[in-house]
Amino acid sequence: MLRHGPRFLLSRASAASMGWRRQFATDLPAETAGDSKFVEAWKKVIPNIDPPKTPSAYMAPRPPTPSTIPSKLTVNLVLPYSSILSGKEVDMVIVPATTGHMGVLPGHVATIAELKPGILSVHEGNDVSKYFLSGGFAFVHANSVADIIAIEATPVDQIDPNLVQKGLAEFQQKLNSASTDVEKAEAQIGVDVHSALNAALTG
Amino acid sequence: MAMAALRREGRRIAAPLINPHPINPLRSSLASSDREHTLLGVRSISTQVVRNRMKSVRNIQKITKAMKMVAASKLRAIQTKAENSRGLWQPFTALLGDTPSVDVKKNVIVTISSDKGLCGGINSTSVKISRGLHKLNAGPEKECKYVILGEKAKAQLVRDSKKDIELAFTELQKNPLNYTQVAVLADDILKNVEYDALRIVFNKFQSVVAFVPTTSTVLSPEVVEREAEAGGKLGELDSYEIEGGETKSEVLQNLTEFQFSCVMFNAMLENACSEQGARMSAMDSSSRNAGDMLDRLTLTYNRTRQASITTELIEIISGASALEG
Repeated sequence: MLRHGPRFLLSRASAASMGWRRQFATDLPAETAGDSKFVEAWKKVIPNIDPPKTPSAYMAPRPPTPSTIPSKLTVNLVLPYSSILSGKEVDMVIVPATTGHMGVLPGHVATIAELKPGILSVHEGNDVSKYFLSGGFAFVHANSVADIIAIEATPVDQIDPNLVQKGLAEFQQKLNSASTDVEKAEAQIGVDVHSALNAALTG
Repeated sequence: MAMAALRREGRRIAAPLINPHPINPLRSSLASSDREHTLLGVRSISTQVVRNRMKSVRNIQKITKAMKMVAASKLRAIQTKAENSRGLWQPFTALLGDTPSVDVKKNVIVTISSDKGLCGGINSTSVKISRGLHKLNAGPEKECKYVILGEKAKAQLVRDSKKDIELAFTELQKNPLNYTQVAVLADDILKNVEYDALRIVFNKFQSVVAFVPTTSTVLSPEVVEREAEAGGKLGELDSYEIEGGETKSEVLQNLTEFQFSCVMFNAMLENACSEQGARMSAMDSSSRNAGDMLDRLTLTYNRTRQASITTELIEIISGASALEG
C-alpha cells in the first residue's frame, strides 16, 4: 500500500508539469500576400521594431474550391466560450436563418446568413444532433465549408421546459407593461427567444 | 615606545583584514562613513546595517514569490478560456480576409493593455506598436485616433498623443471577462467613434514565456463594400448570397459589428493571459535576483562579523601584552 504513494505523487506532479507543456500553441507562421505589403510598409517607416503579426499568421489556410462537388460538408460551430464542432464532416446542416430554416448541403452556393434564435440540426448519416442557437451568423463558403458563429448553443435535451414557460410568461408581461422603446425592444427579444425555445421543445 | 609600536603593529594587521572595498549593494547605503572607518581601521562596519538590509531583501523575495504563485493560478484559470475562444475570429478572417495594409481615411487604433503593473514589457510593446501604426497611417487627409483599454497604455500615450485619444476604458478586469461585457464595450466604442478601419493591438499568448504583439483589422461596412468592388482579397465577397435582413448593407453592418465584438473578446482574453504570464516571469526573475543579493549580503555579513571579532581579539591581546610588557 505504501508503494502506491510515490506513484500517485509522481502522476500528480507529472500531470502538473504536463499542464505547462500543453501551452505551446501550434501557430503556423505563414505569411500571405497582404501581410507582406504591410510588413514592407512597416519596415520603411519603423525600421527598428519588428512588425506585429496579423491573424492570418495564426490560421490554417482554408482548402481551395474543388472542381467537383465534394461528398461531405465541413462544419465549424464556434461560440465565444468553446468550439463545439470544428472541422466535422457531415452530410447536411439546417440553420435557422432570419428568412426561415435553410438546409445546407455540400456544394451549396456561397452564402452569408444572419441567424435568429432557433434550432440547428446537424445530420450525419442517420445521426441528427440538435442545438438551440441564440443567434449569430452562418457563412457557407464555395469550398463546402460552413462556419456557424453563435453566442450560445445548447443541446436541446438540456433545456428545461418549465423554465421556458416561466420565462415566456415573464417577458410577455414585461412587453405589455413596457413604456420606453428600449424596454419594449428588450422584452420583444425575450419573447422571441422564449417562443423559439418553446417551439424547439415541442417541434 | 613599545606600546606605540604595538599599536601601529595592531593597525597594520587590522587594516588588511577589514575589507577595504565593500561590495556594491552596500556602497549606496553605507556610503563614505564606513569606508573611512575601515580604511583607518578604527572600528568595523556595524553588522546591524547589513542585517537590516538582509531582512528587507528577504521580505521582497517572499512577496515576489507569492505574486508569482498568484499570477500562475490566475493564468491557469484564464488560459482555457482564451484557448477556447480562438476559434471565434477564424470564420471572419476566412470570409473577409486579413487586410492590415488597407488604406483608409479614418483609422482608429484600439490598444489593449493591463491596469496593473509589474508585468514585464508587454504594455510598452503594445504602446510601441500602436505608435508605429499611427505613424504608418498618418498622412494628408488621413486621421488616426486611439481608443485605450487599460491604465498602463493610457499613462504612456497621454504623454505625447493626448489630443488623439478618443476614449479610454479602465478597470475592465474587476470581474472575470465574459462575452456580454465585451459586447457592451464594443457597442460603446462603435457608437462613439467614427471609423473606417479599427486596428486592435494586443499581445497574443503563445506560451508562458512568449507573447507575440499582434494587430487585427476590422473594416467598416462601407470600406468592405469598397474593397469588394476593388477586388483582391475581398473580391469574392460579391459572390456570396445574402440571406436575412432587407439589404446587403444592413447585413454587412451587423456582420462587421459582430466581427468587432468577437475579435475584441479574443484579444482581451489573450492579452490578459499574456499579462499574467509576463508577471510570472517578471516576479520569478525578481525573486531570483533577491536570492542572489541575499547570498552576497550573507557573505558580507559573515566577513564583517569575523572582522569585528578579530579586531576585538587584537585589541584585547595587544592591550594585555602592553600591560605585561
